[in-house]
Amino acid sequence: MPAGPATPAVALHGLRKSFGTVEAVAGVDLEIADGEFFAMLGPSGSGKTTVLRMIAGFESPTAGTVLLGGRDVTRLAPFERDVNTVFQDYALFPHMSVRQNVEYGLRVRKVGRAERRRRADEALRSVRLEGLGDRRPAALSGGQRQRVALARALVIRPKVLLLDEPLGALDLKLREQMQVELKALQREVGITFVFVTHDQEEALTMSDRVAVFDEGRIAQVGTPAEVYERPASPFVAGFVGTSNLLTGAAARDLLGRDGTFSVRPEKIRLDGPPAGDGETAATGRVAEVVYAGPTTRFVVDLDAGARLVVAQQNLATSSADVAALRGTPVRLAWRTEHAVPVPDPVPPTQLSKESAHAYR
Amino acid sequence: MTLSRSARWLLRGAMALGLAFIYLPLAIVLVNSFNADRTFAWPPPRWTTEWWTRAWDNAGAREALWMSVKAGLGATAIALVLGSLVAFAVQRYRFFGRDTVSLLVLLPIALPGIVTGIALDTAFRSVMAPLGVEKGLFSVIVGHATFCVVVVYNNVLARLRRSGGNLQEASADLGADGLQTFRYVTFPVLRSALLAGALLAFGLSFDEIIVTTFTAGPGVQTLPIWIFSNLFRPNQAPVINVVAAVLIVASVVPIYLAQRLSDTATGGRL
Repeated sequence: MPAGPATPAVALHGLRKSFGTVEAVAGVDLEIADGEFFAMLGPSGSGKTTVLRMIAGFESPTAGTVLLGGRDVTRLAPFERDVNTVFQDYALFPHMSVRQNVEYGLRVRKVGRAERRRRADEALRSVRLEGLGDRRPAALSGGQRQRVALARALVIRPKVLLLDEPLGALDLKLREQMQVELKALQREVGITFVFVTHDQEEALTMSDRVAVFDEGRIAQVGTPAEVYERPASPFVAGFVGTSNLLTGAAARDLLGRDGTFSVRPEKIRLDGPPAGDGETAATGRVAEVVYAGPTTRFVVDLDAGARLVVAQQNLATSSADVAALRGTPVRLAWRTEHAVPVPDPVPPTQLSKESAHAYR
Repeated sequence: MTLSRSARWLLRGAMALGLAFIYLPLAIVLVNSFNADRTFAWPPPRWTTEWWTRAWDNAGAREALWMSVKAGLGATAIALVLGSLVAFAVQRYRFFGRDTVSLLVLLPIALPGIVTGIALDTAFRSVMAPLGVEKGLFSVIVGHATFCVVVVYNNVLARLRRSGGNLQEASADLGADGLQTFRYVTFPVLRSALLAGALLAFGLSFDEIIVTTFTAGPGVQTLPIWIFSNLFRPNQAPVINVVAAVLIVASVVPIYLAQRLSDTATGGRL
């Protein structure tokens, strides 16, 4: 988190939201620094989109406060808040041209025609859509619409830009390209970006910090490396990356310690040199081999009674070679510090009665 | 699915037959309006525009046409306001009885006109008349509005469902207040749906006869009623033919436009 006593761009205190009997957001406290690229990651139904909508002002919280730049905006309408949203389906106005869409925020603020046009063209240039201003949104591709939505939100220079699954509707190639572009754009404009995603890779590659949501609350906040390397709970370990957990007897046998431990697949060596100093060794049998181009994933049933996924780069092997390993016994080894202790879920002491159902 | 050759020809034949059955009689009406023979001998021995002149000079027909236009405009206005309000309520809000309201709004178009007619007739005579509202043009407008609301409602609802609720959210998010959102986003997106609904509603009202019969006050005669009451006077037959021909042409236009407007996507040309 960027240091300094500066007021956070977004601060949420004790935020809750219920829809009927369902508690979608069950107490969220969060501070997002100015200029940060912040990801809210979680499975669908984890409350991340509802939190985003409460920051934007589309939903009003059942309890708690929303502060933007230190100002309490909890009860303000969306048009009274200095945030803008890029919607999942972009929500472009179909009856307006691309330029009119981008100009919209300026038009309702009564900015003069010439000034409007100049700034809209500038915004379109920044998302590399110059020359398409006269088209209708219907005549654009998905990726182009996405950029129009970005330009439309950025043209009014909000303090915070909210993005709801911004890349969800794009195909893989375009998504990877837009990930890089979004990141570059954010650096360029220096606006705080808060984006919601269920794609852990997207969250890890793009953001400065990630909040992992689980059942209406935040399971962990940290840099991508922290969240990935030191998951705060079995849920985080499983959602951000592959769940490779050693517990109970397996943990005692292999690590000599009690508790739950996570070992990331790429940290494990398969059939390499014997385990040396500061390394843990294990034996097992290959249950499944999944060839995935640059890497191969081996599902190994340990003799100690757990199942681990091992990822190996395909430096010299071919698919035929690795497939032959199915069913064969293997030796595994990893550096002892790569078996990271994962705290067990927080006992539901701070849970109030009405939210207890969220933890099954 | 690809059909066999014979099936394709069979279906084409059936289609042609079906359409011919509907449209040939209408074509004959059009042709006969220029038929110089008073008894519509076929094929027409000579052609004339006399009937068209006579129809134009017929005061009864002209007054009836004007009455129909007034009734149609009134019913359409009511339908536009109520139909779009209900559509907004049903689309935007979750409330107790929402499905029931939706059904009750749709029902009048399915109810037999004679039932609506009798019910409205009773209502006007036994309830409204003592309150000082006599049957007249107003009762016809109300009667027509009961089923005109449906077409506006359907058109607006379909458009609202298709355009998604978050256009309003996007507008508010970009800084527009409620009034600006309505002016710049909600209304323009709905405009063509409203126009299509209005054209259909006007068309429905314009050729309505049953409900009109029951709700029209003395001296209120719409065009369909005028045609019906003159139908069996032999010397009026050529004039009626002309009026019918006019009605055919006049109803094709709004229906054609309405269909074009409904088909165009929300981002369409109109």
